[in-house]
Amino acid sequence: MGILESKVPEGTLADKWENHKFSMNLVNPNNKRKFDIIVVGTGLAGASAAATLGELGYRVKAFTFHDSPRRAHSIAAQGGINAAKNYTNDGDSVHRLFYDTVKGGDYRSREANVHRLAEVSVNIIDQATAQGVPFARDYGGLLDNRSFGGAQVSRTFYARGQTGQQLLIGAYSALMRQVAAGTVELHTRAELLDVVKKDGRACGIVVRDLLSGEVTPHSAHAVVLATGGYSNVYFLSTNAMMCNVTAAWRAHKRGAYFANPCYTQIHPTCIPASDDFQSKLTLMSESLRNDGRIWVPSAFDDTRPAADIPEGDRDYYLERKYPAFGNLVPRDVASRNAKTVCDEGHGVGPLKNGVYLDFAAAIARNGLDAISEKYGNLFDMYQRITGENPYEQPMRIYPAIHYTMGGLWVDYHLMTTVPGLYSIGEANFSDHGANRLGASALMQGLADGYFVLPYTIGDDLAGQLGNPVVPVDDPVFTTAVAGIEDEAHRWLSINGTRSVDHFHRELGRIVWDRIGMARNGPGLEKGLSEISALRSEFHSDVRVLGSADTLNQSLEKAGRVADFFELAELMARDALERSESCGGHFREEHQTAQGEAQRDDDNFAHVAAWEWNGEGTVQTRHREELTFETVALSQRSYK
Amino acid sequence: MSGSHGETINVTLKVWRQTSADAPGGFETHQQAISTDASFLEMLDLLNEELNAAGKEPIAFESDCREGICGTCGVMINGRAHGPQKATATCQLHMREFADDDEIVIEPFRATGFPVIRDLAVDRSPLDAIIEAGGYISVNTGAASDANLTPVPKAAADQAFDAAACIGCGACVAACPNSAAQLFTSAKIGHLGLLPQGQAERWSRTEAMVETMEEFFGSCTNHGECTEACPKEISLDFIALMNRDYMKAKVKNRGLAGQH
Amino acid sequence: MAQTTGERYRVAPVHRRSREWPFPLNLYQTAVGRKWVMALTGIGLIGFVLAHMVGNLHVYEGPARMHEYAESLRTIGGGLVPKSAVLWLLRLGLLSMFVLHLHSAISLSRMSRASSEDAGLVSGAKRYAGGREHVAATYASRTMRWTGPIIALFILYHLADLTWGWWLGDDFVAGDPYHNVSTSLSALPVAILYIVANVALAFHIFHGAWSMFQSLGINNPRYNHLRRGLATLLAGLILVGNLSFPILTQAGLIDEDNRTCPIGEVEGNTCLAEEAEGHQG
Repeated sequence: MGILESKVPEGTLADKWENHKFSMNLVNPNNKRKFDIIVVGTGLAGASAAATLGELGYRVKAFTFHDSPRRAHSIAAQGGINAAKNYTNDGDSVHRLFYDTVKGGDYRSREANVHRLAEVSVNIIDQATAQGVPFARDYGGLLDNRSFGGAQVSRTFYARGQTGQQLLIGAYSALMRQVAAGTVELHTRAELLDVVKKDGRACGIVVRDLLSGEVTPHSAHAVVLATGGYSNVYFLSTNAMMCNVTAAWRAHKRGAYFANPCYTQIHPTCIPASDDFQSKLTLMSESLRNDGRIWVPSAFDDTRPAADIPEGDRDYYLERKYPAFGNLVPRDVASRNAKTVCDEGHGVGPLKNGVYLDFAAAIARNGLDAISEKYGNLFDMYQRITGENPYEQPMRIYPAIHYTMGGLWVDYHLMTTVPGLYSIGEANFSDHGANRLGASALMQGLADGYFVLPYTIGDDLAGQLGNPVVPVDDPVFTTAVAGIEDEAHRWLSINGTRSVDHFHRELGRIVWDRIGMARNGPGLEKGLSEISALRSEFHSDVRVLGSADTLNQSLEKAGRVADFFELAELMARDALERSESCGGHFREEHQTAQGEAQRDDDNFAHVAAWEWNGEGTVQTRHREELTFETVALSQRSYK
Repeated sequence: MSGSHGETINVTLKVWRQTSADAPGGFETHQQAISTDASFLEMLDLLNEELNAAGKEPIAFESDCREGICGTCGVMINGRAHGPQKATATCQLHMREFADDDEIVIEPFRATGFPVIRDLAVDRSPLDAIIEAGGYISVNTGAASDANLTPVPKAAADQAFDAAACIGCGACVAACPNSAAQLFTSAKIGHLGLLPQGQAERWSRTEAMVETMEEFFGSCTNHGECTEACPKEISLDFIALMNRDYMKAKVKNRGLAGQH
Repeated sequence: MAQTTGERYRVAPVHRRSREWPFPLNLYQTAVGRKWVMALTGIGLIGFVLAHMVGNLHVYEGPARMHEYAESLRTIGGGLVPKSAVLWLLRLGLLSMFVLHLHSAISLSRMSRASSEDAGLVSGAKRYAGGREHVAATYASRTMRWTGPIIALFILYHLADLTWGWWLGDDFVAGDPYHNVSTSLSALPVAILYIVANVALAFHIFHGAWSMFQSLGINNPRYNHLRRGLATLLAGLILVGNLSFPILTQAGLIDEDNRTCPIGEVEGNTCLAEEAEGHQG
């Protein structure tokens, strides 16, 4: 496994990043303009990276498949962003944030990366504030914090329920400033469909213009993928409709290893699906668990309205099983328990697919106004979607897939196994290990984009000085372009009977059933064969109408769903191989007597990174051993 | 799955179809049975499934987050941007707002600055051009001081937030009888102009953004339709603020004000 | 390497920006600036309309007082300046305000029309097939582009009628506004015309007076709620005052039954002047 060199620098944990910044090669300011860098994706990670690289003087090309960089799904993050500022004087520190993140990730992340993340977290808040991000403030005009996701300190900065939106608009405005300055060339409605390599090094990409269908090559000295996670492999998720794995997957097929695909996160508080045609799930902020009590009827198939069920007939199962943390247990624990009670037949709502999140006690204790002040906008949103008034009857919630910890494997420099190809934000396998803590995704995306990649990319580029970019008429580009054009025509010529969405929905059902909140060996095996069968059906029976030279949303989706099929197989394989439970990956064979996740540190304290071996062959599993020098591995307990 | 608690209604949809910006468009009529639990866009999804099955090209419309925050979606529903429910983006509108036998006319957002791409999808990129003109605070990565160095009065911070809530969907332009983008532009100018961090560039920003806005959009006549259509209910007050700041920007001695 | 705006955004500007004129003319180049001009001239014009209406209330004091009031306008500035000089200055100011108000209105509405060109324009306004349900726009705000031309045409008529005396012919007596008014407005069609025009004026002022606060950026939560009230009050006052003339003429309140002076430019006006003098004496 010589290839999986994580390049973690020497030195004590706290000094690694500082020392490394000094020892890295630099590109001098006048030379920066000689380098072209492609950044794909303009969410928090991509926009912040493109803006910062532009500020540094590199020539940047930013690509987004949205109509505007501001639409990326980072925008939907509600809760907040963590930072070790310790403004609340409650004992927070870089080390504590680091420790909490490693522990929260169930000891499956790289210590050095996480520590770096905690270090730069403070700079993110400064940067965002200077950009005009309107974080919540107290009456003295200083920044306010709240505790989030079971953390024992208040380190979460927030902007009403729209933290992601405000941070993204900050990064987007920084990006647009560089666009105006001419350092960043912006390409909207351009979807990456291939990564191009020459002599083993990434030299550019091929994109399809979603409006004209034109396929164009773009070359650069380095390519950065900031294209988000793959939750939509489940079809129903809290991700936006267009979120997909295509960029990362096509990079994988060009040699980038894909790490830990089975690490997916389920968010416990989403609105349950109401019908077969449900297109996506909506997340309700986790902060609701601070005041809401979660329960189900004790009896099976109890169809009485919530108000008619007396206290004695209710099961506050989280409070019962976890007296110390109660309703505030981590996401994976809360989610699994909801699944368990619903599977047992205690579920509520018309489809019996939810549990109650009840605010009656909080309203009685604090008054309607106090609750409305805190959660008013969330309650309104819930009512708009369900038509039910959460002030009068309990909310119904159910877990939904929300975030994916797995992604392209990257070293300490955020470079993938393909030289010159980087991956940042949710697209990489990241710093979250097997489970991400609340309010950490925004932190990681911006850390990568603002403060990590802009330094580390120079180290590699310095060695490229004097090398021109590969011209776009080089055969490596023309072949790739032709391949993509062929792909479009292939989809249009199948002319089967079922829509792309139909297959996507069916695939999602399999992935949810087999590689969802709880997995087991036989189920995963079965899943593999189900996915494979559906995949061949997809390739022979999908119907994509219209043409390739205009806006064609079915055509766009066809390519994305095809990639989801391949990813789903890898997820199942990865989940099968990882014969332990950790974080979001729960193997039913591996649980404690109390039903908690049982890690196997002796055999699985490593990252699994998969190498593509060509169509029709199984990927090779590589390992990056994780060493823990600072944090002692222990069993998580929230009892 | 069964046992949904929504009832099923039958609606008549008159949907705008247009193959490209230059092609003439027209209405197509469809009947659709739909559960009142479905969202408006899920109804269109369903219609598209049926069109696809019948060998007809699906209707192009844009949406992404379906949580009312990304600003990608937006159509005219019975002549109202984002439809009849106040403070609600198209993706958050549910069919329970409609009744059995309703006729629903669905059209793209219209303005010369928002050319139709296809069917219900329009190009709203002039909004990006307005932001590019100055909708930012010039601070390079790493150049920021500690976030708590500059206290921001809560009242100002809250008001800046009200403006910053804009999702850039363009409903204000679509709803405006003049196709003016005053609400969008003033929301960004208000957001940055109300914060201490935004003061250094307050006047140049206002000047540049207003003048770019006017290259693409109409002139405000203070109808107030924009605020009504806005899914985030951004106030007309920001337009007044922008008008005032613009005139100040034009006459201010910025050297002495210490601002450019 | 830098992209052109066209490459970046694909949507071509609807209005081309021209070279900037020197300050302060450049203010008039932008729509926001033009709205300022429209608002400021609007304030001036409302001031005129208000003064005009108040001044005309002299008609209820009889022909002599009315004559005296008309005369006093010509002698503003006393003996310091030639007779009527200040009045002409005021007229000139009024005319330029009117022209600016009109020009800004026409050019801005053109701009808006161009911005909505592809939007199914129906008689200049943007229309959706789904039936535009106006939510916030008032009747007054939507009809500005109709009430405006009505008022402009009416002003021309009004000048021709009572300043130049085109239609009254021999009945028109310069310097005897009472006579002219009562003669003109006693014809029913003329009275109706005045009523219609003044209703249009009131609507125009109702939206204009509110709108100008927005255009000028006068906005403060402390008194924002007063803006609508002020607009209503202004429009109402002007409406009541101005409508009283045609209505009361028709009702017979303004007539020449009790007139003591003869009608005529020389003899009559001297008599009116003496009568007014007598009142004072």
